[in-house]
Amino acid sequence: MKPSISSRVIFGVLAWIAALVMFFPILWMLITAFKTEGQAIAIPPLLIFPPTFESFLAATNNAGYILFAINSVVVSIGSTVLAIAIAFPAAYALAFFPGKRTEFTLMWMLSTKMLPAVGVLMPIYLGLKEAGLLDTRIGLVGIDTLMNLPIVVWMLYSFFKEIPGEILEAARVDGIGPRKQMVHLLLPLSGPGIASTALLSVILSWNEAFWSINVTASRAGTLAAYIARFSAPEGLFWAKLSAASVLAVAPILVFGSLTQRRLVRGLTFGAVK
Amino acid sequence: MAKLVLEKVEKRYEGFHAIKGVDLAIDDREFVVFVGPSGCGKTTLLRMIAGLEEITGGDFSIDGVRANDIPPDKRGLAMVFQTYALYPHMTVAENMGFALKMAKVPKAEIVAKVSQAAAMLQLDKVLDRRPKALSGGQRQRVAIGRAIVRNPKGFLFDEPLSNLDAALRVQMRTELVKLNKELQTTMIYVTHDQIEAMTMADRIVVLNGGIVEQVGSPLELYNNPANLFVAGFIGSPKMNLLDGEIVARDDHGAQVALADAGVVTIAADGIEAGPGTRVTVGMRPEHTMLAESGPIGGVADFVEHLGNETLVYVKRPNGGMMIVKADELAGIRMGDPVTMAPRTDRASLFGPDGRALIRRTFHLH
Repeated sequence: MKPSISSRVIFGVLAWIAALVMFFPILWMLITAFKTEGQAIAIPPLLIFPPTFESFLAATNNAGYILFAINSVVVSIGSTVLAIAIAFPAAYALAFFPGKRTEFTLMWMLSTKMLPAVGVLMPIYLGLKEAGLLDTRIGLVGIDTLMNLPIVVWMLYSFFKEIPGEILEAARVDGIGPRKQMVHLLLPLSGPGIASTALLSVILSWNEAFWSINVTASRAGTLAAYIARFSAPEGLFWAKLSAASVLAVAPILVFGSLTQRRLVRGLTFGAVK
Repeated sequence: MAKLVLEKVEKRYEGFHAIKGVDLAIDDREFVVFVGPSGCGKTTLLRMIAGLEEITGGDFSIDGVRANDIPPDKRGLAMVFQTYALYPHMTVAENMGFALKMAKVPKAEIVAKVSQAAAMLQLDKVLDRRPKALSGGQRQRVAIGRAIVRNPKGFLFDEPLSNLDAALRVQMRTELVKLNKELQTTMIYVTHDQIEAMTMADRIVVLNGGIVEQVGSPLELYNNPANLFVAGFIGSPKMNLLDGEIVARDDHGAQVALADAGVVTIAADGIEAGPGTRVTVGMRPEHTMLAESGPIGGVADFVEHLGNETLVYVKRPNGGMMIVKADELAGIRMGDPVTMAPRTDRASLFGPDGRALIRRTFHLH
């Protein structure tokens, strides 16, 4: 049955309202980034003003944007590569050699994502400190890897589940061992799935703020930590903060929109079938 | 080259006893067919031989070497799956040569073996295609070719023809049997189709509920079914089974009073049961004859004219159905009253436990 015109109009309006409400902060951030500090706090808020790059310059000049940006790239890509390298064989085993505890294992992995991260802040902080990994990229790569591992395993598992098990069984009978099965069969067959998983992992790592802010400082901080620095004790510098936020968000936004189709396909995989 | 021996082989899942002790010796170069209704354990048994399912009891050996714990990739067997299980991202040639490539066989040798197998299977013109671009029959042959190039000790087929159309299935049936003779290799073939089993097998293994009901050549099974299950399963149309009681016997046979019908005489060299024993008489449709006056009566319910023969479905007074294979000129019409008699020398007798009472040997020419 097709919904009537009036209900379609109502749903359309509601959807637009929801979208605008969600988008408004981002829009406002974008506008504020092109204001001066004075314009940024003006009441009533200015909608028309001469745009300036002043805040962008201020935000990049003495705050080391480039270093933070490089850290973000290194950490998000490094943790993604590492997470997939670990999750790939794990998902292979879970998907093709299920046992009594397979389901439990999967649920248990996911359950670790339900804990508040702050609950383990102390032990992890102290652990990193003892290991000399505070404010290092390696330390943060390790944390982000572990943070994303459950999701990466789950996604790869669901992609592998779509591959007929008989293909790997045929290979097994044909004398092909697990490692060669993974490299020559699973890898090419699940290429799109791995790509979607990697994209999501990169985005999650890029946006991760809690650990970045808490265990890094000036050397290994990512763009999330970079934004946080602008809410300094001396007060909030709205224009600079907005400019910094735009600079932090822009790369991943561009990346995300370029890969959107693949990402959506990956996220809905299994759920719709 | 492989002699496969199963001794008291069992498969237990949690809460389910799938294979309940199978004893079977498969000779080198033999074409053995596992047949049975769905859920009888035939595929499970095949997968246990392949190593894809763990054997939870008993012993399995390949050429005298215990193989229970040998992983599938070390057993030297090749398997062809119902779904073909081709590698979708590889061409036909790559599919067929993959196992050799992984085993680091020199390239020239792989090419030679692949083209030899391709020629044998008429795949030479599609070697560069992906599986997606092949017909069902071609995919099937690629799966077989993939097995052939490895020169395995034995081939395991899991219902390989069930996804093909009827004409192709008949053609592939003969091709597989030819292949067995050409390659001189042991083959085990699983099917639920008793016609496939009858046409292809050197020996048929009839499985039911995880046990072997009977092992024998197609004609042995057809002529001397060991029990009611085999009697009903092998043969199409099905054997007619009628309940009765032995009323008299001598050295040459027995007289059986059928329920709702007269007395029939069953010829036999020896019967292990005396008068009073409740029995089931089995008569194949072609061994049941329409007669002017016979001990079994009924009404022609339905008549199928197949040209070379006519099948008459007879409704008995007690509501049971019987099938008679009649002459095409029998002239029977629906609704006609019919009387029938068994060919006494070809009927079978089954005791109260369902086992065949007579174990006569037919001398086949």
